[in-house]
Amino acid sequence: MTIAIQRERPPWFSIAMLSMTALAYEILLMRLFSIIQWHHFAYMIISLALLGYACSGSFLTLARQFLLAHFKPVYLLNIVLFGISSWSCFLLSQQLHFNAEEMLWHHQQVFRLLLIYLLLALPFFFVANAIGLSLIRYHSEMSRIYAADLFGAGLGSLVIIVLLFISFPGNVLKTTTALAMLAAMLASWELYRDNKHLLTRLLSLLLVATIVPFVLPDSFTQLEISPYKTLKQSLNISGTKIITERSSPLGLISVVESPLIPFRHAPGLSLKVTAEPPEQLAVFVDAGAMTVITRNEKQPDKLSYLNQTSSALAYHLSSLDDVLIIGGGGGSEVLLAQYHHVKQISVVELNRQLINLVQHEYEDFSGNLYDAKNVNIINKEARGYVTGNDKKYDLIQLSLIDSFSASSAGLYALSESYLYTVEALQQYLNKLKPGAYLSITRWMKLPPRDSLKLFATAIEALRHNGHRSPGQQLILIRGLQTTTLLISNSAISSSAIQSLKKFSHQQLFDLAYYPGISQSETNQYNVLAKPYFYQGATALLGNDSDDFIKRYKFNLQPATDDRPFFFQFFKWGVFSEIMSLAGKGGMPLFEWGYLILVATLIQALLASIVLILLPLFLCRSIRQAGSVYRIHYYAFFYFLALGLAFLFIEIAFIQKFILFLHHPVFSISVVLAAFLIFAGAGSLWSKRYISKSHYQNAISCSLILIIVIASSYSLLLGPLFSLLTGLPTLLKIIISALLIAPLAFFMGMPFPLGLSRLAEINSQLLPWVWAVNGCASVLSAVLATLLAVHFGFMFVIMLALLFYGFSLFCFSTGFKL
Amino acid sequence: MFAGWTALFIPATLYAASDYHTLRQHLVNAIKQDVRNTSFYINKTALDAKVMQAIADVPRHQFVPQSQRQFAYLNRPLPIGHGQTISQPYIVALMTDLLKIKASDKALEIGTGSGYQAAILAKLADKVYSIEIIEELYHRATKALHQLGYDNVTTRTADGYYGWQQAAPFDVIVVTAAASHVPPPLIKQLKPGGRMVIPIGSPFMVQQLVLLEKDSKGNIRSQQILPVRFVALTGKHD
Repeated sequence: MTIAIQRERPPWFSIAMLSMTALAYEILLMRLFSIIQWHHFAYMIISLALLGYACSGSFLTLARQFLLAHFKPVYLLNIVLFGISSWSCFLLSQQLHFNAEEMLWHHQQVFRLLLIYLLLALPFFFVANAIGLSLIRYHSEMSRIYAADLFGAGLGSLVIIVLLFISFPGNVLKTTTALAMLAAMLASWELYRDNKHLLTRLLSLLLVATIVPFVLPDSFTQLEISPYKTLKQSLNISGTKIITERSSPLGLISVVESPLIPFRHAPGLSLKVTAEPPEQLAVFVDAGAMTVITRNEKQPDKLSYLNQTSSALAYHLSSLDDVLIIGGGGGSEVLLAQYHHVKQISVVELNRQLINLVQHEYEDFSGNLYDAKNVNIINKEARGYVTGNDKKYDLIQLSLIDSFSASSAGLYALSESYLYTVEALQQYLNKLKPGAYLSITRWMKLPPRDSLKLFATAIEALRHNGHRSPGQQLILIRGLQTTTLLISNSAISSSAIQSLKKFSHQQLFDLAYYPGISQSETNQYNVLAKPYFYQGATALLGNDSDDFIKRYKFNLQPATDDRPFFFQFFKWGVFSEIMSLAGKGGMPLFEWGYLILVATLIQALLASIVLILLPLFLCRSIRQAGSVYRIHYYAFFYFLALGLAFLFIEIAFIQKFILFLHHPVFSISVVLAAFLIFAGAGSLWSKRYISKSHYQNAISCSLILIIVIASSYSLLLGPLFSLLTGLPTLLKIIISALLIAPLAFFMGMPFPLGLSRLAEINSQLLPWVWAVNGCASVLSAVLATLLAVHFGFMFVIMLALLFYGFSLFCFSTGFKL
Repeated sequence: MFAGWTALFIPATLYAASDYHTLRQHLVNAIKQDVRNTSFYINKTALDAKVMQAIADVPRHQFVPQSQRQFAYLNRPLPIGHGQTISQPYIVALMTDLLKIKASDKALEIGTGSGYQAAILAKLADKVYSIEIIEELYHRATKALHQLGYDNVTTRTADGYYGWQQAAPFDVIVVTAAASHVPPPLIKQLKPGGRMVIPIGSPFMVQQLVLLEKDSKGNIRSQQILPVRFVALTGKHD
């Protein structure tokens, strides 16, 4: 039997194809749930669903003998079941009508959430069964199987980007199902090519299964968007309809017209306004975040309302010839600049499809706004454009932009943003002409959060740029819903202060800070219980600012490129206090994004404990292995540490490369693909050490080299990226891949080496460590983000290196016969 | 608290009229407790007795879908379809209290929704005008208000942004849906000395409840009251 298996060739191609499809499907699920729900719930749901991998490990442990005895049909069946469940489980899960907000008081919603976890875990369970079973059956070819798995996954991270560019997410779901069926066809050929009759029947059946999703009516893949999302609510109004839809990995864009009821989107508008906004088309991203394209008939009086928003402040302080708008969106800020006859308007917009809508598809509606002679449209990420460009501006404007930043790009639901870090503000300030302004408008939160954190970030950035009295260079005003912060690269003049007072008084905007402000001038029009913004701003400028930040009940610590979590305001110190306010109006004080991350970690941890301990209780052979060699302790820690370290490094370096490559989608997909493919090459290379049984040397060398390379990268990548930042994107991608190659190559070796060694010692433990690895993957992704929020990505890398060191200890000490 | 548990375990069909009366009384007590708990934000320890009496009188269960009736007297928002909600009774009471309604007042409501808020206003004001954009909700709410005999309420489907010009000016205006800004026509239709309550902000952010007051000279002053979530403003042209 063993000889027969050794002669048999493992199903390389179907493993790679399956792995490719599974990774593509995982990313697709994140997109789909970001559209039908909200991205932080998408993150939690998908993270928990990935525990399907760990469930598989436990299942293989318990049913190992039976499954191995029927390897071929079981392997094939699992691929087919993956294809069927990947499609049907998503469709079923969206029929459950889960509403996250109702969970607080309606326990039925909790059961619906659990059911969604189970449904979505199924596809990953089947994938892991197929790959895990192959690793056990062909354990002498472990390094090659793992390599095929990694190569496939690397390819999957690129394939899904292409698919999301050329097709809508609902249709991509059909494609991933078809890809799974193709993997099954490949598997049939690999396993049954000696049995022509059976092979023909299998291929025919699978061909039909491949085609089925494409011939079913579209209603089968219709996305059921939550009725509480903005798009869905807008569509309730009679006459409202979607007139254009565009999709890319950056998000699903829906353009909506409402002929009977015009949209009147004008956040931050003064109470003194009399003019109604002109006709608008609403542009929704992922059925949520809304911007508008405004009808532009080039009649200034129709746009006068824009001049009565808080973000118009800078235009009233000095004459502006050259303006840079970061995040052009539907063009409202461009219209404001046009209203003020700005000579040169540069607009940076990350989403090409949004530019196309304004520039081409609705060019008449927008009055050829983006084709105007004085408007220059730049399709780039903001930081990338600012660092690679020498031009200086009279005003750099960022107004209410979160929608198209990396944080809500839709593809990767993390909440990092490199737009509002200390380093980002330093770079913006360096691009200002003398006496010019950086203007940032944010939604106003009460108690104050965004605005004061931004104020603290501005102080830090000014100090880093060598300004000793930052208080002389800042202005903060607030309206009913927005705050606008102006930062100048020189002291604000008395004439500018006079203009500020006049504008604020005319528009009923409250002064929160300017150099020389007194408390009696604040909190006059939109009255708060206390002048919180003034008090916060002056405290942040005072000598006891550190103490103020420490005492404040929300996190106001400025975000940096190493801790780019501007939107993280939660402090554990006030957790119990807020909990005591439950039912007393206190719940809105919670920062749910952060708490959902914590909830995800807790759920994953509990599920992991169950999934890892269950086989220990139920499977006697594992307990026996433990009692004789205690190997299961070492194996547990070795594979847990490896799983955590691999993803810690991968996630932390993705963040570093985002700042070099700038585009969130391209950089993440390129870096992810490079990591997986080169790790696959490393796994393949490790085969030579396995065949010679040189485990100790190979593992020691690879782990030490990982530690050396990752440590040096931590120190050198920053300066190197600064040096190379001006290079063309393609060259930067190649350099990134070359830099990742050696690190990923060695990171691909310890896992197959450890598995192979374990197979020699006690192959009974293989499925169990497969479960351990599955749990580690889920835990590490959530844990890395949480650790980075509190300690920064550098800390995450250092911790990963400690884990690698620990895994070396576990192997050297425990993996002995 | 007790009312909550009672409502959870007794099927709606088993309730008699006296049961509903008792449940409403429990609801009033729950609101009173909430008011005391949130006195820090709202700067008072009790709401107007007339407002509380209106809450005690209006049968909330008649304004919610059949499937939600068992929860009608819990102090929480409930879904009423079309992605809309009936507000938490505490919020309804608070918004009504902030309006300081007199028996001779003319009130405008933007966003009829279930009709519950309009019924509360009808108990306190002389005349109530209420506008709803979603036709199905308009029909449902109008029918409920009519059946329960709230004859001083006039409803229509229209664009809330423009208010109700023919019936203006109003002593009080209440907007029960979130907007990206305060619609200028509503400010115009508010009488000098009038009061308007409106939640402001982007649809998916924690909202602030804003009280706008127009003084005798027509000057506007606003005040932020309490963080609260609402559904988005919808409106329609005549």
